[in-house]
Amino acid sequence: MKVKSGLILLLIVVLIGLTGGVAYFGIGENNFLGAQNIRQGLDLKGGVNIVYEADKENPTAEEMSAAIEMIQGRLDRGNYTEAEVAREGNRRIRVDIPGVEDPNKAIEDIGATAQLQFLSPEGEVILTGNEVKDARREMINDNGITKAVVALEFNSKGKDAFAKATEKYVGQIIMIALDETIISAPKVNAVITEGNAIIEGVGTIEEADELAARIKAGALPFKLTPLQSNSVGAKLGASALETSLKAGFIGIILVLLFMLVVYRVPGLAADLALLFYCGVVVIILSYLQSTLTLPGIAGIILSVGMAVDANVIIFARIQEELNAGKTLRAAVDAGFDKAFSAILDGNVTTLIAAGVLYWIGTGLIKSFAQTLGIGILVSMFTALVVTRIIVKQFVNLGLKNPKLYGAK
Amino acid sequence: MNIIEKRKTWFTISIIIILAGLLAMPINAFMGNGILNFDVEFIGGTVMEVNIGQDFDIANDIRPVVVEITGDENPQITRSGAQGVSIKTKSIDPETRAKLYNALKDKYNLDGMNDLLNVDDVSPTISTEMQLKALQALLVSSILMLIYITLRFKDWRFGLAAVLPLIHDVFIVLAVYSIARVPVNNSFIAAILTIVGYSINDTIVVFDRIRENKKVAKKGDLEGLIDKSVSQTIVRSINTSITTLVTITMLYFLGVPSIKEFALPLIVGIISGTYSSIFIASPLWYEFHKKSIAKTA
Repeated sequence: MKVKSGLILLLIVVLIGLTGGVAYFGIGENNFLGAQNIRQGLDLKGGVNIVYEADKENPTAEEMSAAIEMIQGRLDRGNYTEAEVAREGNRRIRVDIPGVEDPNKAIEDIGATAQLQFLSPEGEVILTGNEVKDARREMINDNGITKAVVALEFNSKGKDAFAKATEKYVGQIIMIALDETIISAPKVNAVITEGNAIIEGVGTIEEADELAARIKAGALPFKLTPLQSNSVGAKLGASALETSLKAGFIGIILVLLFMLVVYRVPGLAADLALLFYCGVVVIILSYLQSTLTLPGIAGIILSVGMAVDANVIIFARIQEELNAGKTLRAAVDAGFDKAFSAILDGNVTTLIAAGVLYWIGTGLIKSFAQTLGIGILVSMFTALVVTRIIVKQFVNLGLKNPKLYGAK
Repeated sequence: MNIIEKRKTWFTISIIIILAGLLAMPINAFMGNGILNFDVEFIGGTVMEVNIGQDFDIANDIRPVVVEITGDENPQITRSGAQGVSIKTKSIDPETRAKLYNALKDKYNLDGMNDLLNVDDVSPTISTEMQLKALQALLVSSILMLIYITLRFKDWRFGLAAVLPLIHDVFIVLAVYSIARVPVNNSFIAAILTIVGYSINDTIVVFDRIRENKKVAKKGDLEGLIDKSVSQTIVRSINTSITTLVTITMLYFLGVPSIKEFALPLIVGIISGTYSSIFIASPLWYEFHKKSIAKTA
């Protein structure tokens, strides 16, 4: 019995050590499952986060993906290569750009309205989309083939500028660029004075429709308004991470000490279970590839304090059973059994709060809800299963004096 | 433990604190600070945090610059940290933001990469949405908890007596937000719901004991039943509060300002949650029980 229990205990300690090792170092070169591999939110590594909203009631999926593509394109051209653009809900787009040095510039770069430009052969801007009064798709007949083009109509200022340009560059090529990408390069055949131009080579009828709509609205079939933007300096993010980790570390040590002093032998079991808990939470967060934010760290640290709660309930029960005169083995079993309903009901209600936060919240709140939820689930498992196994082995090993378990 | 006998005392203590918090709100408003210290996430606006890196004078050096560039006649400018400044204005566009920062940059010789700590901008549209979401989250989770407890304890009085103290805790935490001028922002929702989750967890442990002791208790001796159950669980309540408070207090002392703001209401909420689950929840259950017995008798 003793040998077997000793072996089980040793195995558990090795398992906890392994879990801790994986959580700390990760597996292999990529730190798989390790703390290093947990994705950090922009509030920890610095960066900009912007939420745009389309000012159109029900944009179609195509329109939204066109908008996302456009923003992605601007980010690529601006060398924000790590940026992520994602649709959020029905008509919102979230842009995350990590590690930017000048957040204001990044916001301006994305926010700039897409410009339609007419460029001279030398690359000078002749006129821009601001001078376009109307843009529509038309069908023209080109040597017997019907094809779609986009017909532009300029306002009076554009009319003059275009007339002058076509006069100057007759026989040469004028480039039409959208968002600094050349979309058409027609040759000027004659001076155009009535303020019309045609963009050829625009693809299918649908594509021509879309382009016409985009030109008319600046660039997109709708306007994107920034609803919310948040930028965190890299230095602030780094110090937030460092101080939170320090707080978490000291907090855990104090909790470990508290449990050991107050509950002695079962306290030691709870401490081992808590170490296991910390490792498992890190591994799960790393595995889920969820983004860890500052509130998320707060959620973890908070859950460390709450994680021992189930143990506290159980140990208080064991203590009572011992004081009522039960044998140690019977008291341990009764303690775990009687504590179960309180632990289950208490944790389910807390999970309800975490679930609602996850469901209703966005961004940072979601991250907090996620770590809190994971924390509750893992802590229930460690308290009810891991602590129980460890306490039983301690009993088997001969730590049988009821006083060690809190009896009077 | 004389929990039931002295229940009026416990209720009074809570009511006094809640009233103090509620009273602070109009006083705050009267002094021109707003009912609560709403952050931009809740009312819309722009906040820029800049590390000035040297001594500065808000009234003479910073304020005129902010007013001139943003056109906001009443910006809220406060010191944050040793040499930092936090500038809160109405929502301004990225160009104006850049202009404002560049003006400070020229004035104080700042470094764009290190000294612009934080910029938040929230349009009024999304901020209204945030307020609605906060209320919605609280309401939905309270109702779900009420349903769960009523089902598990097969008694609606347990459900109601567990959920009402949550409203108590929310008001106590609101009092802290109001008196300590903690910024009401996104974390506010998380803080409130965490406290609600924590507090109900605590209450359930007590109720679980009452449920269990009820099977063997003398009929009619409700007071004895409750007092016994509370004294059996009080050590656990206090010990769990201690471990939770230890970790969260560490965050408060070591954390960055945004974490501090989050940790303070949590600390108060945990104390309030522990108090309410011992001194408010069970006495409420007692009252409900008495009333319904009186009705059937």
